[in-house]
Amino acid sequence: MPETIAFLEPKPSVLARRDAIIADLADLLPKGCLISETRGLVPFETDAFIAYRQVPLAVALPETTAQVAAVLKYCSRYGIPVIPRGAGTSLSGGAIPQADAVVIGLSKLSRILDIDFANRTATVQAGVTNINISEAVSADGFFYAPDPSSQLACTIGGNIGMNSGGAHCLKYGVTTNNLLGVKMVLFDGTIIDLGGKALDAPGYDLLGLVCGSEGQLGIVTEATVRLIAKPEGSRPVLFGFMSSEEAGACVAEVIGSGIIPVAIEFMDKPAISICEAFAQAGYPMDVEALLIVEVEGSEAEMEAMLASIIAIARRHGVSTIKESQSATEAALIWKGRKSAFGATGRIADYICMDGTVPLSQLPYVLKKTSEIIDGYGLRVANVFHAGDGNMHPLILYNINDPEDAARAEAAGNDILRLCVDVGGCLTGEHGVGIEKRDLMLHQFSQVDLDQQMAARAAFDPQWILNPSKVFPLEGRPAA
Amino acid sequence: MSMDFEPASEEEAADVVRQALENATPLRIVGGGTRAGLGNRVEAEQVLSTRRLTGIVSYNPAEMTMSARAGTPMAEIEAALKKNRQMLAFEPMDHRGVMGTSGEPTIGGVFAANVSGPRRFTAGAARDHLLGIRFVNGAGDVIKSGGRVMKNVTGLDLVKLLCGAHGTLGLMTEVTFKVLPLPPVAATVVAFGLDDSQAVAAMAHAMAMPVEVSGAAHLTATVRYRFIGSNFPEGAATVLRIEGLAASVSVRSEKLRAALATVAPVAVLDPEVTEKLWHDIRDVKPYADGTRKALWRVSIAPTAGHQLVAALRLEAGVDAFYDWQGGLVWLRMEADAEADLLRRYIKGLGGGHATLIRASDAVRAETAAFEPELPPVAALSARIKEKFDPKGIFNPAKMG
Repeated sequence: MPETIAFLEPKPSVLARRDAIIADLADLLPKGCLISETRGLVPFETDAFIAYRQVPLAVALPETTAQVAAVLKYCSRYGIPVIPRGAGTSLSGGAIPQADAVVIGLSKLSRILDIDFANRTATVQAGVTNINISEAVSADGFFYAPDPSSQLACTIGGNIGMNSGGAHCLKYGVTTNNLLGVKMVLFDGTIIDLGGKALDAPGYDLLGLVCGSEGQLGIVTEATVRLIAKPEGSRPVLFGFMSSEEAGACVAEVIGSGIIPVAIEFMDKPAISICEAFAQAGYPMDVEALLIVEVEGSEAEMEAMLASIIAIARRHGVSTIKESQSATEAALIWKGRKSAFGATGRIADYICMDGTVPLSQLPYVLKKTSEIIDGYGLRVANVFHAGDGNMHPLILYNINDPEDAARAEAAGNDILRLCVDVGGCLTGEHGVGIEKRDLMLHQFSQVDLDQQMAARAAFDPQWILNPSKVFPLEGRPAA
Repeated sequence: MSMDFEPASEEEAADVVRQALENATPLRIVGGGTRAGLGNRVEAEQVLSTRRLTGIVSYNPAEMTMSARAGTPMAEIEAALKKNRQMLAFEPMDHRGVMGTSGEPTIGGVFAANVSGPRRFTAGAARDHLLGIRFVNGAGDVIKSGGRVMKNVTGLDLVKLLCGAHGTLGLMTEVTFKVLPLPPVAATVVAFGLDDSQAVAAMAHAMAMPVEVSGAAHLTATVRYRFIGSNFPEGAATVLRIEGLAASVSVRSEKLRAALATVAPVAVLDPEVTEKLWHDIRDVKPYADGTRKALWRVSIAPTAGHQLVAALRLEAGVDAFYDWQGGLVWLRMEADAEADLLRRYIKGLGGGHATLIRASDAVRAETAAFEPELPPVAALSARIKEKFDPKGIFNPAKMG
């Protein structure tokens, strides 16, 4: 296991009071809402960034906002670090705890509170899964747009923490564009409401700052999100190319021509074979790169859009075009894509990069990525949201071989620096977490980060909320 | 004595701020000055203008992004976009009509005030399209946040915080934003004669149909003739905009027309009329009346807007129409501004907020332009202000 990313040193004063803290927390929470035995704590030691793990001091699973507030008030009084946790699907280590920390898990806050079709909003507790919202409103012709691949498991609270995206964000935007309000608990137990059913709120856009703040500003316990009417129809189409560069150039031309499909997903050959083996989605196996392009609307509209896209694809030497012929086929195509990470995990350990690049740089970055990977003697599978330039190289390695793991981490860092150097960013939707924390100075100056940390301190002056994440450990303001 | 600073570069702007900090002299930040009356009166003698911070820095139509210096006139931005058949999808309003101002609105002003128009309720606000900024904070540091790509969650999103802060957290020097293709065709389906509550129900019904409405406004009987001529049926007009490829627009608007025809007389407006209509709705044409009558912009849950107006009508002289499916209410008070009454009713209807867009100097002096925040949120906002502008030199008192 690589040990290159450091966590804050656990506070001896907190560790020394372990038993007292557990006893106090037990008084604040109902029976069955506190975990303190090692065996029970182990499932909380990491998230989907499995290279790092640490058993926390305790896990609180509150059932109400008031209980979240009570735990936070207690922790701030004693300077105990708090790690918010949704479903633990973070790919950047956002939910990985530390030895002196209390994890506040959202799993018991799982009720849908209000569905209001006339105002097109849903208000849910933060532990409701992403897919649950869409399922609850589907029969009435609505859906909740952001759709991270982990949507079966991930919670809306976690989505807000990371400002999660997904394949369909190209048209509908990411979490911050679909979030109307939250109820949240501040570091000292204060409960506040930001936003609501109106489209905007007075004063500073604190909701915009909270969304994507990776659990550093408070703990969201309820969210009001925007619902959208489902399109009349939607159809994913597969476009196979003989090179990744051709596929990348095709994406840039489709977007540049003024056509904005709902989704444009990219897979290279390794990703195609991994996903096909898992899902039998009917992906062409004789191509080097595959685009899944989804269009939606009425039959006539889809036909018209597809005709334009096909014409562009032909100019870029497309070798296979396959339209889904049924809802079942369409579902299989998306099942293959959305299980890409899980399917990859069956054949190797991997770390998943998340840099975003300007579209014109896609072909260049794809080429450089494979050179970087070759240079480290590793393998990579590329599967990502091409329409908005959000890349996901999956770097394959063996977690039990420390040298291999170190190489994978180094290759990942090189790729992320490349993304920044061509005008992009370190992370498009997975968050900084611990994974990209020490690269922040490649994208920002210390002065930029100082301003961000000052904003953070306005919410959490004690730095107890998810304190090891996002900002490099060096250069932080003195406590 | 009033003094104007007109820095020609970001470095010069930072120098002005550092100087002001040293002398403890507050600055009033202005762009084109067309929205200068938005917010509370600023207590500052010195003016820091973006007038010379102009020009499009980069525009790549194929990547759908543009970067421009904050003082760039909107006219220049819109002309460049139009040439490439692109647009700002959030349809920023031009405040000159209702505020009785002249001059050129700037892109910095649009983002500083988070100005959005009719398409906002489906396409997002200005803040949803702002990808990156450069700004000078109250210590005179030059800060960048965000970037120029569509998806970016790297670090805290200071972009959102500065957007809509009305220049109280920093001076934005450069903005990078998302642009979108202009829809080739647009049409408007109109239902005539619905009362406010019927109209809100009809708009909610339209939004539940798979026809992708991109504008939903209810033009009440008193204002309707300022928008749509008399060669149509009488009474209020509920207007729904459909945009996209020609074939698709005709299919979708027909579907919508048929659905609305079951409740009211209907008509479909052609692209030229549609363009002018939504332009007028965006700019709140009926209240661009040359008066200083108090004008409120109320943001509320779509189904609550008409209830608010009905309640107010019993107690005050008020004229109103609705955008955003009923969730944006433009209210012109015929006599008193009625701030307390209005804000009490908004609370009673489940929340939202009222912004005083225009009023006489006397009314402005005694009325909070923005809805006061509840104490714990106000405390947070004050701490944020302190972290960006510790000495309070930017636009003092503007946001209350």
